[in-house]
Amino acid sequence: MNDTIKGRVSRRRLLNWAAALGALMTLPARAWATGSRPETAFDATALDQALMALGQTPTRHEGVIFTTPDIAENGAVVPIRVEVDQTVLPNVSKVSVLVEMNPNPLAAVFDIAPGTEVYIETRVKVAQTGNLYAVVESDGQLFMASRETKVTLGGCGG
Amino acid sequence: MAGRIKIRAQKKGELTEVKALMRHPMETGMRKDQAGESIPAHFITEVAVLHGDQTVMQAHWGAAVSANPFLGVRFQGGQSGDAVRVVWTDNQGGTGEGETTIR
Amino acid sequence: MRRQSDDAMTLYRFVMMIPRWWLLLLMVVPALADEGIFDQYRDLMGDDNPAIFVIDEGEEFWVQSQGPSAVTLEACDLGLGAGVTRGAYAQFPRYFADTDRVMDIETRLLYCMETLQGRDREVIAAKPYSLRGDFGTELEALVTWLAAESEGMTIAPEQAHPKERAMYAMGEEIFFYRAGPHDFSCATCHEQSNKRIRLQQLPNLTEHTEVAEAYGSWPAYRMSQGLVRTMGWRLQDCFRQQRWPGLIFGSEVSIALQTYMAVNAAGGVMTAPGLKR
Repeated sequence: MNDTIKGRVSRRRLLNWAAALGALMTLPARAWATGSRPETAFDATALDQALMALGQTPTRHEGVIFTTPDIAENGAVVPIRVEVDQTVLPNVSKVSVLVEMNPNPLAAVFDIAPGTEVYIETRVKVAQTGNLYAVVESDGQLFMASRETKVTLGGCGG
Repeated sequence: MAGRIKIRAQKKGELTEVKALMRHPMETGMRKDQAGESIPAHFITEVAVLHGDQTVMQAHWGAAVSANPFLGVRFQGGQSGDAVRVVWTDNQGGTGEGETTIR
Repeated sequence: MRRQSDDAMTLYRFVMMIPRWWLLLLMVVPALADEGIFDQYRDLMGDDNPAIFVIDEGEEFWVQSQGPSAVTLEACDLGLGAGVTRGAYAQFPRYFADTDRVMDIETRLLYCMETLQGRDREVIAAKPYSLRGDFGTELEALVTWLAAESEGMTIAPEQAHPKERAMYAMGEEIFFYRAGPHDFSCATCHEQSNKRIRLQQLPNLTEHTEVAEAYGSWPAYRMSQGLVRTMGWRLQDCFRQQRWPGLIFGSEVSIALQTYMAVNAAGGVMTAPGLKR
Protein backbone atom coordinates (compact mmCIF):
# COMPACT_ATOMS: atom_id res chain seq x y z
CA MET A 1 0.00 0.00 0.00
CA ASN A 2 1.44 3.30 -1.02
CA ASP A 3 0.89 6.39 0.95
CA THR A 4 2.42 8.29 -1.95
CA ILE A 5 1.87 7.44 -5.53
CA LYS A 6 4.02 9.14 -8.10
CA GLY A 7 1.68 10.71 -10.61
CA ARG A 8 3.10 11.69 -13.95
CA VAL A 9 1.22 13.63 -16.58
CA SER A 10 -0.15 10.46 -18.08
CA ARG A 11 -3.11 10.48 -20.33
CA ARG A 12 -4.43 7.29 -18.82
CA ARG A 13 -4.37 8.70 -15.33
CA LEU A 14 -6.01 11.90 -16.46
CA LEU A 15 -8.74 9.95 -18.20
CA ASN A 16 -9.22 7.75 -15.15
CA TRP A 17 -9.65 10.74 -12.94
CA ALA A 18 -11.92 12.48 -15.40
CA ALA A 19 -14.00 9.32 -15.57
CA ALA A 20 -14.16 9.13 -11.79
CA LEU A 21 -15.21 12.76 -11.59
CA GLY A 22 -17.77 12.20 -14.31
CA ALA A 23 -19.09 9.21 -12.38
CA LEU A 24 -19.35 11.38 -9.28
CA MET A 25 -21.48 13.86 -11.19
CA THR A 26 -24.02 11.16 -12.00
CA LEU A 27 -24.37 9.89 -8.42
CA PRO A 28 -27.83 10.06 -6.88
CA ALA A 29 -29.09 12.91 -4.67
CA ARG A 30 -26.71 12.13 -1.82
CA ALA A 31 -23.85 13.54 -3.85
CA TRP A 32 -23.35 17.28 -3.74
CA ALA A 33 -22.48 19.64 -6.56
CA THR A 34 -19.11 21.26 -6.04
CA GLY A 35 -18.85 24.86 -7.16
CA SER A 36 -17.13 25.85 -10.35
CA ARG A 37 -13.87 27.74 -10.29
CA PRO A 38 -14.60 31.47 -9.77
CA GLU A 39 -12.20 32.66 -12.43
CA THR A 40 -13.20 36.34 -12.30
CA ALA A 41 -12.61 36.44 -8.57
CA PHE A 42 -9.16 34.88 -8.96
CA ASP A 43 -8.26 37.43 -11.63
CA ALA A 44 -9.29 40.42 -9.51
CA THR A 45 -6.40 42.64 -8.52
CA ALA A 46 -8.06 44.44 -5.64
CA LEU A 47 -9.80 43.14 -2.54
CA ASP A 48 -13.21 44.75 -3.09
CA GLN A 49 -13.15 43.63 -6.71
CA ALA A 50 -12.48 40.04 -5.61
CA LEU A 51 -15.25 40.17 -2.98
CA MET A 52 -17.81 41.50 -5.45
CA ALA A 53 -16.82 38.72 -7.83
CA LEU A 54 -17.47 36.23 -5.02
CA GLY A 55 -20.94 37.66 -4.54
CA GLN A 56 -21.11 40.66 -2.27
CA THR A 57 -19.38 42.57 0.48
CA PRO A 58 -19.35 40.17 3.42
CA THR A 59 -20.44 41.11 6.93
CA ARG A 60 -18.36 40.21 9.94
CA HIS A 61 -19.52 37.18 11.88
CA GLU A 62 -18.03 35.80 15.07
CA GLY A 63 -18.91 32.30 13.90
CA VAL A 64 -16.01 32.50 11.48
CA ILE A 65 -12.94 31.46 13.46
CA PHE A 66 -9.89 32.57 11.57
CA THR A 67 -6.42 31.77 12.85
CA THR A 68 -3.35 33.38 11.35
CA PRO A 69 -0.01 34.21 12.93
CA ASP A 70 0.38 37.75 14.25
CA ILE A 71 3.82 37.75 12.72
CA ALA A 72 5.13 35.44 10.02
CA GLU A 73 8.74 34.36 9.77
CA ASN A 74 8.57 34.82 6.03
CA GLY A 75 5.89 35.78 3.53
CA ALA A 76 6.23 32.77 1.25
CA VAL A 77 4.67 30.33 3.70
CA VAL A 78 2.03 31.62 6.09
CA PRO A 79 -0.10 28.98 7.82
CA ILE A 80 -3.80 29.75 8.26
CA ARG A 81 -6.81 27.94 9.63
CA VAL A 82 -10.51 28.59 9.08
CA GLU A 83 -13.14 26.99 11.28
CA VAL A 84 -16.83 27.75 11.55
CA ASP A 85 -18.95 27.46 14.65
CA GLN A 86 -21.93 25.85 13.03
CA THR A 87 -24.14 26.38 16.07
CA VAL A 88 -24.19 30.08 15.19
CA LEU A 89 -23.43 29.90 11.48
CA PRO A 90 -24.84 26.76 9.85
CA ASN A 91 -25.09 25.60 6.22
CA VAL A 92 -21.66 26.74 5.18
CA SER A 93 -21.00 25.68 1.61
CA LYS A 94 -17.87 27.62 0.77
CA VAL A 95 -14.80 29.13 2.42
CA SER A 96 -12.62 31.66 0.61
CA VAL A 97 -9.27 33.01 1.71
CA LEU A 98 -8.07 36.43 0.58
CA VAL A 99 -4.82 38.28 1.15
CA GLU A 100 -5.45 41.99 0.75
CA MET A 101 -1.98 43.12 -0.26
CA ASN A 102 -1.32 40.36 -2.80
CA PRO A 103 -1.38 41.25 -6.50
CA ASN A 104 -4.42 38.97 -6.77
CA PRO A 105 -6.08 38.92 -3.35
CA LEU A 106 -8.08 35.70 -3.79
CA ALA A 107 -5.84 32.80 -2.78
CA ALA A 108 -8.17 29.83 -2.41
CA VAL A 109 -11.81 28.73 -2.40
CA PHE A 110 -12.94 25.60 -0.59
CA ASP A 111 -16.26 23.90 -1.40
CA ILE A 112 -17.49 22.13 1.70
CA ALA A 113 -19.67 19.02 1.52
CA PRO A 114 -22.99 19.55 3.26
CA GLY A 115 -23.34 18.41 6.86
CA THR A 116 -19.65 18.26 7.55
CA GLU A 117 -17.24 20.13 9.74
CA VAL A 118 -15.76 23.35 8.47
CA TYR A 119 -12.08 23.07 9.25
CA ILE A 120 -9.54 24.09 6.66
CA GLU A 121 -5.81 24.54 7.05
CA THR A 122 -3.43 25.65 4.37
CA ARG A 123 -0.43 27.87 3.77
CA VAL A 124 -0.50 30.99 1.66
CA LYS A 125 1.88 33.54 0.27
CA VAL A 126 1.54 36.95 1.84
CA ALA A 127 3.36 39.61 -0.17
CA GLN A 128 3.54 42.15 2.64
CA THR A 129 2.08 43.01 6.02
CA GLY A 130 -1.66 43.44 5.72
CA ASN A 131 -5.07 41.93 6.29
CA LEU A 132 -6.08 38.40 5.54
CA TYR A 133 -9.76 37.50 5.13
CA ALA A 134 -11.72 34.31 5.63
CA VAL A 135 -15.05 34.59 3.84
CA VAL A 136 -17.70 31.91 4.23
CA GLU A 137 -20.88 31.43 2.28
CA SER A 138 -23.97 30.29 4.08
CA ASP A 139 -27.35 30.11 2.33
CA GLY A 140 -26.15 32.52 -0.32
CA GLN A 141 -24.90 35.11 2.18
CA LEU A 142 -21.26 35.99 2.76
CA PHE A 143 -19.74 36.37 6.22
CA MET A 144 -16.18 36.99 7.20
CA ALA A 145 -13.42 37.41 9.74
CA SER A 146 -10.19 39.24 9.16
CA ARG A 147 -6.81 39.45 10.82
CA GLU A 148 -3.66 41.38 10.21
CA THR A 149 -0.50 39.37 9.72
CA LYS A 150 2.87 41.07 9.81
CA VAL A 151 5.40 39.75 7.37
CA THR A 152 8.98 40.03 8.49
CA LEU A 153 12.32 39.75 6.88
CA GLY A 154 15.23 37.89 8.27
CA GLY A 155 18.87 37.79 7.45
CA CYS A 156 21.20 40.20 5.80
CA GLY A 157 19.41 40.59 2.50
CA GLY A 158 21.53 41.62 -0.39
CA MET B 1 9.13 13.56 -8.65
CA ALA B 2 6.05 15.60 -9.59
CA GLY B 3 2.60 14.53 -8.49
CA ARG B 4 3.55 13.19 -5.08
CA ILE B 5 1.33 13.62 -2.08
CA LYS B 6 2.08 12.60 1.50
CA ILE B 7 -1.15 12.06 3.38
CA ARG B 8 -1.99 11.28 6.99
CA ALA B 9 -5.56 10.60 8.06
CA GLN B 10 -6.69 9.89 11.58
CA LYS B 11 -9.84 9.77 13.65
CA LYS B 12 -10.53 12.68 15.93
CA GLY B 13 -13.67 11.63 17.77
CA GLU B 14 -16.47 11.60 15.22
CA LEU B 15 -14.35 13.44 12.73
CA THR B 16 -11.56 12.32 10.46
CA GLU B 17 -8.65 14.70 10.11
CA VAL B 18 -6.65 14.64 6.89
CA LYS B 19 -3.28 16.34 6.47
CA ALA B 20 -1.76 16.35 3.02
CA LEU B 21 1.49 17.79 1.74
CA MET B 22 1.86 18.03 -2.03
CA ARG B 23 4.95 18.27 -4.17
CA HIS B 24 4.44 21.24 -6.48
CA PRO B 25 6.35 24.46 -7.27
CA MET B 26 3.18 26.62 -7.21
CA GLU B 27 4.93 29.07 -9.50
CA THR B 28 3.04 32.37 -9.76
CA GLY B 29 4.30 33.36 -13.16
CA MET B 30 5.55 36.64 -11.72
CA ARG B 31 9.14 35.58 -11.01
CA LYS B 32 12.20 35.74 -13.19
CA ASP B 33 15.06 33.26 -13.22
CA GLN B 34 18.79 34.01 -13.02
CA ALA B 35 18.84 34.82 -16.74
CA GLY B 36 16.04 37.34 -16.35
CA GLU B 37 13.51 35.13 -18.10
CA SER B 38 9.97 34.90 -16.72
CA ILE B 39 9.29 31.58 -15.04
CA PRO B 40 5.92 30.41 -16.39
CA ALA B 41 2.98 30.08 -14.04
CA HIS B 42 2.66 26.50 -12.82
CA PHE B 43 0.27 25.89 -9.95
CA ILE B 44 -2.38 23.50 -8.72
CA THR B 45 -5.81 24.79 -9.70
CA GLU B 46 -8.11 22.08 -8.29
CA VAL B 47 -7.75 19.71 -5.34
CA ALA B 48 -10.23 17.17 -4.09
CA VAL B 49 -10.28 15.09 -0.94
CA LEU B 50 -12.20 11.84 -1.27
CA HIS B 51 -13.38 9.45 1.37
CA GLY B 52 -14.12 6.28 -0.51
CA ASP B 53 -16.20 7.50 -3.45
CA GLN B 54 -17.38 10.67 -1.74
CA THR B 55 -15.73 14.01 -2.36
CA VAL B 56 -15.62 15.57 1.10
CA MET B 57 -13.95 18.76 -0.05
CA GLN B 58 -13.09 20.39 -3.33
CA ALA B 59 -10.73 23.33 -3.44
CA HIS B 60 -9.96 25.86 -6.16
CA TRP B 61 -6.51 27.29 -5.74
CA GLY B 62 -4.67 30.30 -7.11
CA ALA B 63 -0.91 30.75 -7.33
CA ALA B 64 -0.88 32.41 -3.91
CA VAL B 65 -1.08 29.06 -2.19
CA SER B 66 2.44 28.33 -0.94
CA ALA B 67 4.87 26.10 -2.81
CA ASN B 68 4.74 22.43 -1.85
CA PRO B 69 1.25 23.12 -0.58
CA PHE B 70 -0.29 21.86 2.60
CA LEU B 71 -3.95 21.02 3.04
CA GLY B 72 -5.61 20.12 6.31
CA VAL B 73 -9.28 19.25 6.46
CA ARG B 74 -11.71 17.52 8.80
CA PHE B 75 -14.85 15.73 7.75
CA GLN B 76 -17.68 13.96 9.49
CA GLY B 77 -17.52 10.20 9.68
CA GLY B 78 -14.94 7.80 8.41
CA GLN B 79 -13.71 4.61 10.07
CA SER B 80 -10.23 3.30 10.71
CA GLY B 81 -9.14 1.43 7.64
CA ASP B 82 -11.20 3.51 5.20
CA ALA B 83 -9.42 4.84 2.15
CA VAL B 84 -8.82 8.58 1.82
CA ARG B 85 -7.54 10.01 -1.46
CA VAL B 86 -6.31 13.41 -2.51
CA VAL B 87 -6.18 14.32 -6.20
CA TRP B 88 -5.13 17.49 -7.97
CA THR B 89 -4.82 19.06 -11.40
CA ASP B 90 -2.70 22.06 -12.29
CA ASN B 91 -2.83 24.83 -14.88
CA GLN B 92 -0.48 22.95 -17.20
CA GLY B 93 -2.60 19.81 -17.28
CA GLY B 94 -0.50 17.94 -14.75
CA THR B 95 -2.12 15.72 -12.14
CA GLY B 96 -1.21 14.22 -8.82
CA GLU B 97 -2.78 11.74 -6.49
CA GLY B 98 -2.13 10.03 -3.23
CA GLU B 99 -3.93 7.62 -0.98
CA THR B 100 -3.83 6.51 2.60
CA THR B 101 -6.01 4.69 5.09
CA ILE B 102 -7.52 6.27 8.16
CA ARG B 103 -5.75 5.28 11.36
CA MET C 1 26.61 79.42 31.50
CA ARG C 2 26.73 75.72 32.21
CA ARG C 3 29.91 74.06 31.16
CA GLN C 4 30.31 70.49 30.07
CA SER C 5 32.47 69.73 33.08
CA ASP C 6 29.71 70.95 35.41
CA ASP C 7 27.30 68.50 33.79
CA ALA C 8 29.88 65.79 34.03
CA MET C 9 30.39 66.48 37.74
CA THR C 10 26.65 66.38 38.37
CA LEU C 11 26.33 63.11 36.54
CA TYR C 12 29.33 61.67 38.37
CA ARG C 13 27.91 62.59 41.76
CA PHE C 14 24.58 61.12 40.78
CA VAL C 15 26.09 57.85 39.67
CA MET C 16 28.25 57.55 42.77
CA MET C 17 25.10 57.84 44.86
CA ILE C 18 23.69 54.62 43.37
CA PRO C 19 24.53 51.59 45.50
CA ARG C 20 27.26 49.79 43.50
CA TRP C 21 25.44 46.48 43.21
CA TRP C 22 22.76 48.08 41.08
CA LEU C 23 25.39 48.65 38.43
CA LEU C 24 25.64 44.89 37.95
CA LEU C 25 22.15 44.96 36.50
CA LEU C 26 23.35 47.17 33.67
CA MET C 27 25.91 44.57 32.66
CA VAL C 28 23.55 41.65 32.85
CA VAL C 29 20.53 43.14 31.03
CA PRO C 30 20.03 40.81 28.08
CA ALA C 31 19.41 41.91 24.55
CA LEU C 32 15.72 42.31 23.83
CA ALA C 33 14.68 38.69 23.97
CA ASP C 34 12.51 38.08 20.94
CA GLU C 35 12.57 34.44 21.72
CA GLY C 36 9.03 33.19 21.20
CA ILE C 37 8.06 35.80 18.65
CA PHE C 38 7.57 33.06 16.05
CA ASP C 39 6.16 30.40 18.39
CA GLN C 40 2.60 31.07 17.27
CA TYR C 41 3.70 30.89 13.64
CA ARG C 42 5.51 27.59 14.14
CA ASP C 43 2.63 26.09 16.15
CA LEU C 44 0.20 26.85 13.36
CA MET C 45 2.66 25.50 10.80
CA GLY C 46 2.74 22.09 12.42
CA ASP C 47 5.08 19.26 11.54
CA ASP C 48 4.65 18.96 7.82
CA ASN C 49 8.00 19.83 6.24
CA PRO C 50 8.29 19.66 2.44
CA ALA C 51 11.82 18.37 2.97
CA ILE C 52 10.25 14.91 3.28
CA PHE C 53 9.83 14.86 -0.50
CA VAL C 54 13.44 15.77 -1.00
CA ILE C 55 14.49 12.92 1.31
CA ASP C 56 12.74 10.47 -1.00
CA GLU C 57 14.24 12.12 -4.05
CA GLY C 58 17.71 11.81 -2.54
CA GLU C 59 17.25 8.12 -1.90
CA GLU C 60 16.14 7.68 -5.49
CA PHE C 61 19.30 9.34 -6.76
CA TRP C 62 21.37 7.02 -4.54
CA VAL C 63 19.97 3.92 -6.24
CA GLN C 64 19.86 5.37 -9.74
CA SER C 65 22.35 4.09 -12.31
CA GLN C 66 24.12 7.08 -13.79
CA GLY C 67 27.22 8.04 -15.69
CA PRO C 68 29.31 6.19 -18.27
CA SER C 69 29.80 3.34 -15.81
CA ALA C 70 26.03 3.02 -15.41
CA VAL C 71 26.19 2.17 -11.73
CA THR C 72 24.41 3.46 -8.66
CA LEU C 73 26.03 5.19 -5.69
CA GLU C 74 25.31 2.22 -3.46
CA ALA C 75 28.98 1.24 -3.15
CA CYS C 76 29.99 4.74 -2.04
CA ASP C 77 32.00 4.74 1.18
CA LEU C 78 30.94 7.62 3.39
CA GLY C 79 33.35 6.67 6.16
CA LEU C 80 31.52 3.75 7.70
CA GLY C 81 32.14 1.29 4.89
CA ALA C 82 30.88 0.94 1.35
CA GLY C 83 27.16 1.62 1.14
CA VAL C 84 26.67 2.36 4.84
CA THR C 85 24.49 5.46 4.99
CA ARG C 86 22.96 5.23 8.45
CA GLY C 87 24.86 7.52 10.78
CA ALA C 88 27.44 8.56 8.16
CA TYR C 89 26.47 12.25 7.87
CA ALA C 90 26.85 12.78 11.63
CA GLN C 91 30.55 11.91 11.43
CA PHE C 92 31.46 14.41 8.74
CA PRO C 93 33.76 16.16 7.92
CA ARG C 94 36.33 13.39 8.10
CA TYR C 95 39.63 12.17 6.68
CA PHE C 96 39.58 9.58 3.91
CA ALA C 97 42.66 7.50 3.22
CA ASP C 98 41.75 6.95 -0.42
CA THR C 99 42.01 10.67 -1.13
CA ASP C 100 44.39 11.49 1.75
CA ARG C 101 42.32 14.49 2.73
CA VAL C 102 39.47 15.69 4.88
CA MET C 103 36.19 15.82 3.00
CA ASP C 104 32.72 17.12 3.69
CA ILE C 105 29.61 15.23 2.63
CA GLU C 106 29.34 17.09 -0.66
CA THR C 107 32.93 16.61 -1.78
CA ARG C 108 32.69 12.95 -0.80
CA LEU C 109 29.54 12.50 -2.89
CA LEU C 110 31.25 14.14 -5.86
CA TYR C 111 34.17 11.76 -5.39
CA CYS C 112 31.83 8.78 -5.53
CA MET C 113 30.02 10.16 -8.58
CA GLU C 114 33.37 10.52 -10.29
CA THR C 115 35.05 7.28 -9.30
CA LEU C 116 32.07 4.93 -9.19
CA GLN C 117 29.88 6.36 -11.92
CA GLY C 118 32.54 7.91 -14.14
CA ARG C 119 30.82 11.28 -14.10
CA ASP C 120 32.56 14.59 -14.70
CA ARG C 121 32.94 16.31 -11.31
CA GLU C 122 33.46 19.70 -12.97
CA VAL C 123 30.01 19.55 -14.49
CA ILE C 124 28.39 18.83 -11.12
CA ALA C 125 30.62 21.29 -9.25
CA ALA C 126 29.67 24.00 -11.74
CA LYS C 127 26.10 23.96 -10.46
CA PRO C 128 25.84 22.09 -7.18
CA TYR C 129 22.99 24.16 -5.77
CA SER C 130 19.63 25.17 -7.19
CA LEU C 131 19.11 28.53 -8.75
CA ARG C 132 15.89 30.49 -8.57
CA GLY C 133 13.13 28.63 -10.34
CA ASP C 134 14.67 25.17 -9.95
CA PHE C 135 13.12 22.20 -8.22
CA GLY C 136 16.31 21.16 -6.37
CA THR C 137 19.60 19.63 -7.50
CA GLU C 138 20.67 16.02 -7.19
CA LEU C 139 23.36 16.96 -4.68
CA GLU C 140 20.90 18.83 -2.47
CA ALA C 141 18.57 15.84 -2.51
CA LEU C 142 21.34 13.35 -1.70
CA VAL C 143 22.59 15.47 1.20
CA THR C 144 19.02 15.78 2.50
CA TRP C 145 18.48 12.03 2.43
CA LEU C 146 21.85 11.32 4.03
CA ALA C 147 21.17 13.84 6.78
CA ALA C 148 17.85 12.11 7.42
CA GLU C 149 19.78 8.82 7.66
CA SER C 150 21.56 10.42 10.63
CA GLU C 151 18.48 11.94 12.20
CA GLY C 152 18.47 11.57 15.97
CA MET C 153 22.12 10.57 16.06
CA THR C 154 24.93 12.24 17.91
CA ILE C 155 27.01 14.78 16.00
CA ALA C 156 30.45 13.17 16.09
CA PRO C 157 32.90 14.44 13.48
CA GLU C 158 36.12 12.48 13.45
CA GLN C 159 39.11 14.31 14.99
CA ALA C 160 41.56 11.42 15.37
CA HIS C 161 43.66 12.16 12.30
CA PRO C 162 46.13 15.08 12.30
CA LYS C 163 44.61 16.42 9.09
CA GLU C 164 41.21 16.48 10.76
CA ARG C 165 42.60 18.48 13.65
CA ALA C 166 44.45 20.80 11.26
CA MET C 167 41.15 21.39 9.47
CA TYR C 168 39.53 22.42 12.76
CA ALA C 169 42.39 24.84 13.46
CA MET C 170 42.04 26.35 9.99
CA GLY C 171 38.31 26.68 10.47
CA GLU C 172 38.76 28.43 13.77
CA GLU C 173 41.24 30.87 12.25
CA ILE C 174 38.92 31.66 9.34
CA PHE C 175 35.99 32.07 11.73
CA PHE C 176 37.72 34.96 13.45
CA TYR C 177 39.38 36.39 10.35
CA ARG C 178 38.14 39.86 9.46
CA ALA C 179 38.06 40.80 5.81
CA GLY C 180 36.04 42.32 3.04
CA PRO C 181 34.72 45.86 2.65
CA HIS C 182 32.80 45.64 5.94
CA ASP C 183 35.69 44.09 7.84
CA PHE C 184 33.39 41.25 8.87
CA SER C 185 34.39 37.90 10.23
CA CYS C 186 31.98 35.05 10.92
CA ALA C 187 32.50 36.00 14.57
CA THR C 188 31.12 39.48 13.95
CA CYS C 189 27.64 37.97 13.82
CA HIS C 190 28.13 34.56 15.38
CA GLU C 191 30.29 34.99 18.43
CA GLN C 192 27.65 36.34 20.80
CA SER C 193 24.36 35.05 22.10
CA ASN C 194 20.99 36.82 21.94
CA LYS C 195 21.82 38.82 18.85
CA ARG C 196 19.68 39.15 15.78
CA ILE C 197 19.63 40.59 12.30
CA ARG C 198 16.22 42.10 11.72
CA LEU C 199 14.03 39.40 13.26
CA GLN C 200 16.40 36.53 12.60
CA GLN C 201 18.10 35.12 15.67
CA LEU C 202 21.85 34.68 15.21
CA PRO C 203 23.25 31.51 16.77
CA ASN C 204 26.44 31.87 18.76
CA LEU C 205 28.62 29.33 16.96
CA THR C 206 31.25 29.37 19.70
CA GLU C 207 28.78 28.14 22.30
CA HIS C 208 28.03 24.44 22.35
CA THR C 209 24.23 24.24 22.67
CA GLU C 210 23.69 27.01 20.14
CA VAL C 211 26.08 25.68 17.50
CA ALA C 212 24.75 22.16 18.03
CA GLU C 213 21.22 23.36 17.33
CA ALA C 214 22.35 25.36 14.31
CA TYR C 215 24.63 22.74 12.79
CA GLY C 216 22.26 19.89 13.54
CA SER C 217 19.33 21.53 11.72
CA TRP C 218 21.02 21.84 8.35
CA PRO C 219 20.24 20.85 5.62
CA ALA C 220 16.91 22.59 5.90
CA TYR C 221 13.88 23.47 3.81
CA ARG C 222 14.14 27.17 3.28
CA MET C 223 10.53 28.40 3.07
CA SER C 224 11.47 31.65 1.36
CA GLN C 225 13.16 29.61 -1.37
CA GLY C 226 10.90 26.58 -1.60
CA LEU C 227 14.05 24.43 -1.59
CA VAL C 228 16.18 22.37 0.75
CA ARG C 229 19.54 24.05 1.27
CA THR C 230 22.70 22.46 2.62
CA MET C 231 25.31 23.68 5.11
CA GLY C 232 27.72 24.14 2.21
CA TRP C 233 25.18 26.42 0.52
CA ARG C 234 24.59 28.29 3.77
CA LEU C 235 28.29 29.11 4.03
CA GLN C 236 28.36 30.35 0.45
CA ASP C 237 25.43 32.59 1.25
CA CYS C 238 27.15 33.92 4.38
CA PHE C 239 30.20 34.88 2.31
CA ARG C 240 27.95 36.68 -0.13
CA GLN C 241 26.21 38.56 2.65
CA GLN C 242 29.52 39.54 4.24
CA ARG C 243 30.54 40.92 0.83
CA TRP C 244 33.47 38.52 0.89
CA PRO C 245 34.82 36.91 -2.28
CA GLY C 246 32.74 33.92 -3.34
CA LEU C 247 33.26 30.73 -1.36
CA ILE C 248 34.38 28.08 -3.81
CA PHE C 249 32.28 24.92 -3.69
CA GLY C 250 34.18 22.03 -2.12
CA SER C 251 37.11 24.23 -1.13
CA GLU C 252 39.26 23.67 1.94
CA VAL C 253 37.86 26.89 3.39
CA SER C 254 34.35 25.51 3.17
CA ILE C 255 35.39 22.17 4.67
CA ALA C 256 37.40 23.91 7.41
CA LEU C 257 34.44 26.05 8.51
CA GLN C 258 32.14 23.03 8.51
CA THR C 259 34.71 21.15 10.60
CA TYR C 260 34.94 24.02 13.06
CA MET C 261 31.18 24.07 13.53
CA ALA C 262 30.74 20.30 13.58
CA VAL C 263 33.41 19.84 16.25
CA ASN C 264 31.95 22.67 18.35
CA ALA C 265 28.59 20.94 17.96
CA ALA C 266 29.91 17.48 18.82
CA GLY C 267 27.71 15.69 21.32
CA GLY C 268 24.61 17.44 20.04
CA VAL C 269 21.88 15.75 18.05
CA MET C 270 21.17 15.77 14.34
CA THR C 271 17.64 17.04 13.77
CA ALA C 272 17.91 17.71 10.03
CA PRO C 273 16.25 18.24 7.70
CA GLY C 274 15.04 21.39 9.41
CA LEU C 275 12.45 23.98 8.49
CA LYS C 276 13.74 27.52 8.24
CA ARG C 277 12.64 30.86 6.90
